[in-house]
Amino acid sequence: MNDDSRVEMQIMWNRLLSVVEEQAQVLLHTAFSPIVRECGDISAGIFDRRGRMLAQAVTGTPGHINTMAESVRYFIDEFEPETMNPGDVYLTNDPWLASGHLNDFMLVEPVFLEGTLVAFVACTSHLIDLGGLGMGPEGSDVFDEGFLVPPCRLVDKGEANEFLIHLIKANSRSPVENEGDIYALIACCDVGCARLAEMMREFRVDSLEALSAYVVDTSRRATEDAIEGIPNGVYRSRMRIDGYDFEIDLAAALHVEDRGMLLDLDGSSPCSRFGINVPINYTTAYSVFGIRCIVAPEVPNNAGSLAPFRLQAPSGSIVNAPRPAPVAMRHTIGQLMPDLVFGCLHQALPGRVPAEGASTMWDLPLRSAFDAGRKSNARAFAVEMTHNGGTGARPTRDGLSATAYPSGVWGSQVEITESVAPLRVRRRELRPDSGGAGTHRGGLGQVLEVESRERAPFHFLPSVERIRFPARGRDGGADGAAGRITLESGAALSGKGDHVIPGGDCLIFETPGGAGYGAPEARDPRAVLRDVRDGMVTADRAQELYRVVIDEAGELDAEATARLRESAPAGSAGA
Amino acid sequence: MGVDIGGTFTDVAVEVGKSYVSAKLPTTPDDPVRGVREAMAAALGRAGLRPSEIGTVIHGTTLATNAIIERKGATVGVITTEGFRDILEIAYERRYDQYDLFLDKANLLVPRERCLTVPERIDADGSVWRALDESALDDLLESVERLGVDSLAIGLLHSYANPVHEQRLRELISARRPDLPVSLSCEVCPEIREFDRLCTTVVNAYIKPLMERYLSALAGSLVDDGFECPLLVMTSGGGMTTLHTATRFPVRLVESGPSGGALLARRIAQQLRLDSVVSFDMGGTTAKLCLLDGAEPLTSRHFEVARAARFIRGSGIPLRIPVIEMIEIGAGGGSIASVDEMGRITIGPRSAGAEPGPACYARGGERATVTDADCHLGYLDPGAFAEGRLRLDAAGAENAVERDVGRALAVPARDAAEAIVRMVDENMANAARIHAVEHGRELHGRTLIAFGGNGPLHAARVAAKTGIERIVVPRDPGVGSAVGFLSAPVSYEIVRSRYTTLDPFDASGVNRLFGEMEREAVAVVRAGAPGAEIEIARSAFMRYRGQGHEIEVPVPPGPLGPAAAKRLRRAYDEKYVALFGRVVPRMVIEIMNWSLLATAAQAPPEPLPATAGQRAPRAEGTRRIHVEGEAQALEVPCHARGSLETGDRIRGPAVVSEAQTTTYVAPGFDAIIDGGLNIVLARVPPQAAVP
Repeated sequence: MNDDSRVEMQIMWNRLLSVVEEQAQVLLHTAFSPIVRECGDISAGIFDRRGRMLAQAVTGTPGHINTMAESVRYFIDEFEPETMNPGDVYLTNDPWLASGHLNDFMLVEPVFLEGTLVAFVACTSHLIDLGGLGMGPEGSDVFDEGFLVPPCRLVDKGEANEFLIHLIKANSRSPVENEGDIYALIACCDVGCARLAEMMREFRVDSLEALSAYVVDTSRRATEDAIEGIPNGVYRSRMRIDGYDFEIDLAAALHVEDRGMLLDLDGSSPCSRFGINVPINYTTAYSVFGIRCIVAPEVPNNAGSLAPFRLQAPSGSIVNAPRPAPVAMRHTIGQLMPDLVFGCLHQALPGRVPAEGASTMWDLPLRSAFDAGRKSNARAFAVEMTHNGGTGARPTRDGLSATAYPSGVWGSQVEITESVAPLRVRRRELRPDSGGAGTHRGGLGQVLEVESRERAPFHFLPSVERIRFPARGRDGGADGAAGRITLESGAALSGKGDHVIPGGDCLIFETPGGAGYGAPEARDPRAVLRDVRDGMVTADRAQELYRVVIDEAGELDAEATARLRESAPAGSAGA
Repeated sequence: MGVDIGGTFTDVAVEVGKSYVSAKLPTTPDDPVRGVREAMAAALGRAGLRPSEIGTVIHGTTLATNAIIERKGATVGVITTEGFRDILEIAYERRYDQYDLFLDKANLLVPRERCLTVPERIDADGSVWRALDESALDDLLESVERLGVDSLAIGLLHSYANPVHEQRLRELISARRPDLPVSLSCEVCPEIREFDRLCTTVVNAYIKPLMERYLSALAGSLVDDGFECPLLVMTSGGGMTTLHTATRFPVRLVESGPSGGALLARRIAQQLRLDSVVSFDMGGTTAKLCLLDGAEPLTSRHFEVARAARFIRGSGIPLRIPVIEMIEIGAGGGSIASVDEMGRITIGPRSAGAEPGPACYARGGERATVTDADCHLGYLDPGAFAEGRLRLDAAGAENAVERDVGRALAVPARDAAEAIVRMVDENMANAARIHAVEHGRELHGRTLIAFGGNGPLHAARVAAKTGIERIVVPRDPGVGSAVGFLSAPVSYEIVRSRYTTLDPFDASGVNRLFGEMEREAVAVVRAGAPGAEIEIARSAFMRYRGQGHEIEVPVPPGPLGPAAAKRLRRAYDEKYVALFGRVVPRMVIEIMNWSLLATAAQAPPEPLPATAGQRAPRAEGTRRIHVEGEAQALEVPCHARGSLETGDRIRGPAVVSEAQTTTYVAPGFDAIIDGGLNIVLARVPPQAAVP
């Protein structure tokens, strides 16, 4: 390749990244689903004629990363490119082909330049409701969970298939929003097609073959070079988590080879009878996302940067759920996959990998009891407040308090929640001492207290983790605090299920803390003092865990601290 | 007289009759008033005027922004509702970069230690659920004392719906501590969303003491120097306001400098009757673009200040204030070029700034920058840069470009320089395209108005990448913001939250709200423009229930009656179709926020007559430049801007040089000098381009 064309390739690559970003913006501005606006739960990508992904928008959720990269090939196989026409758009929400549960709709549109098929664009967005039992883990199989649309032609040469749209609407509690979302997805594809064709005209290319080879090869080489710097070997980790009907073990063996990695999840628990199972495409998405946060994160997502990573898991295990397993809440476990792979990577790359965090998002789906408005004057409502615990401490820094990772959710604002639902949030504050102690401290969880302003009963349908098994510390760091869900009247609630909060009672929701990194007694005493002054750590805990003495004036007692740190072995003080 | 304090230079533009006199002097950060006085004196000297002959001084400044970026503001204490100490700490629970495991969240200026709470609670409907506990005052004031707080920000829940607790708290505090400035969220930003409202209030409190000191010192020195005219201050929304309002709500001055550039573009658009414009202001560190439709810049009600180094959304402090909507990216003359591990050229966002500056400044900067690439390609005249005060080191530029980019790509300096320039142009074009789509606009077919030290040089190539056929380079493009201030109106905008759906629609509640807003805004405008006729523009921020983005819809004047909801729905539908193609039938529409803008009426400038431009002016000399797509450097004509006259036409490739910038007339463009002495670059139809 001569230099001119190499610079040209780089400029076109930048343009591809700009086109997918533009697509994502169109979708974000027109989508109806709250999860799209709270989490940016969408994706958009450009693919070459063979279905190799060349660019993908960086959006709020990693859950679409690999799923989309693989999906376009199904459409190419199912609908032969020779039969495709300009203005055709294809659709599916099959969890095993699209993105792990029925709510995620994926659209694919072929791009034509002067009558020749030159590429594909695709996008995915979360629709509000597909009927069935909906978003919750209670379905016994995927048929319980709602309406599945197999891969099909949604738009034929520019003509939308009205019957299909009617069918989707007729099977939903939110038909109008679903229709709006489908049109938003079509608009998103159309923008991608138009921009890509414009780019090809501007740069006077009639095929993307050369660009595709450049993007894929460059990205693959850079990723493989990064893998080459990691010692070969097999690195294993295990993690026990709460589960629903039984406690679940997640097991991983990461095989690091010269220029590739294989993640083998053999040994993980079998499927649950509830909808917390994970199709393998979704497991792969979060696992590879976790690895790529450590290994060559600067390389954009495409077929080349993803190619060196393979994943296998026994069919029937909870991380490779076969049809027709219920999968609606697949993100509950999916979001723990980065912690599992961090456990492996830490052995290969000591000092580069964070401790475990709260990881699974702690959202609060709240609804009025079904008879609201009939038997009483209570208002009917349904809201989903999204919240998070703390992230794990990093090898060089503290974890982040009440912050989403690996998902990219936005926390809800209390004033908005209270404006749209007859609820009162009495408290939303960090939980002192919930961050795992360590040389670097885990991020703190938060506590929310929620009650009905009308003193009416309401439903609470959580699917959260880390109540029985907290985030674990690394290299001597302590575990984060476990999460907790209780009523003001005293009862403790489980992390999954459908709970009715009695009228006049208050739901207390404490999200988990992130774990610590390194021995707490090695933490800089000034950082401990800062934490005590900020109320993140209590003075008692400072002395007990960090072995730092703070005097009555609130100042650091350096001498007493030094004495304490020298004298007793770790963990014995104040116990 | 327009005065713009930037990070590097203080610009002054004086309007004398129909022409301008300008001056550009270094900013004096230790005492900014000194730099202003020097620059004013220089401009007055050139214009041959005395201070008493100036009619108005209009002042915009980045001092507020810089104080935030450099963390030089007050020691702020925060008071929130009990149970909500961590509104700042928790924020949106979000990381601004998906893949960066080592990032820190935005520094919001107030550590948890200085976040205090008070027992009280107002519900979403404005009713008091828990009365303010006045007995907590002693403890609060004790903490304020102990923590050394010298400016307070109070943000209680739902205070936008009922301000009584915030107001009472201030009353109690001021009675005991009259010296302590207090910013109330219900006054600074009476909008729903506690985090954004509190951030805005915190920033207000943070810069309040500093801006108060600075503005009163400036006002005093103007009097000392013999000015007898009013001093008005530019706001981020592109209007002027009085010293009094500026001192109460200094957060509104953040980003007031760049808004001057948008005002300049507005004036040009009015004069040339351009309906669809994009302004392009490329300086030393960043490039800023703003879309203008019907000669009005796009505006917004939120903004982020002090973003982390990479200009990433979400990495700064959110502010809810009226602003001229712009996109700013790390692409300026000083942006540093390098090659990453994958062999890709990257430009910026790090900048060599003015100190040490690009390698060709020979002031200690070593890294290759965009200006070095421009210099090596021949676009800049080493002997006539920055009014001739700085001689460029062409060899230094070549070495830096060759070493930092050429070697990694194994290409000679010339190719490396061209790659740098193409990449930075592509980055700006991409950012512009995404910005346009975010606002439901197209770039295609717009006129680009280019200014700033580097805008006129890069405009033609950015235009070619975005389907733009026409470029206007105004006079004095190097001091664009200061010139823009001269056309600013006196205005004030207020945004308030009041939730309603369209069906049922709470017309009387909205009328009452608008009534209050109008009284408040008109009083502010009247103070700055006594006797002027005042125009009122109102908007509603509407969305389909469930959507996350609101659309601004104009609200007709006068009290809203029974038919108002229907009219609003129609207006919303029209706007929605224009933005997104189709409406969603039967969907509930809700309104969260309302805005009211009061403006002192202004006569639009006279339109300029069209100019055919037939005369070929004589070039001052020639310059050897590398033109994209040409193997060898070309000898192209070089014109002095000052010698060009209305009616002149120059065929590209050519360059036009002037004191503070160079305009590049790319091949395929003709440059015509219009009746306002603007340079208008127009794309030559392909057949005409063939000789």
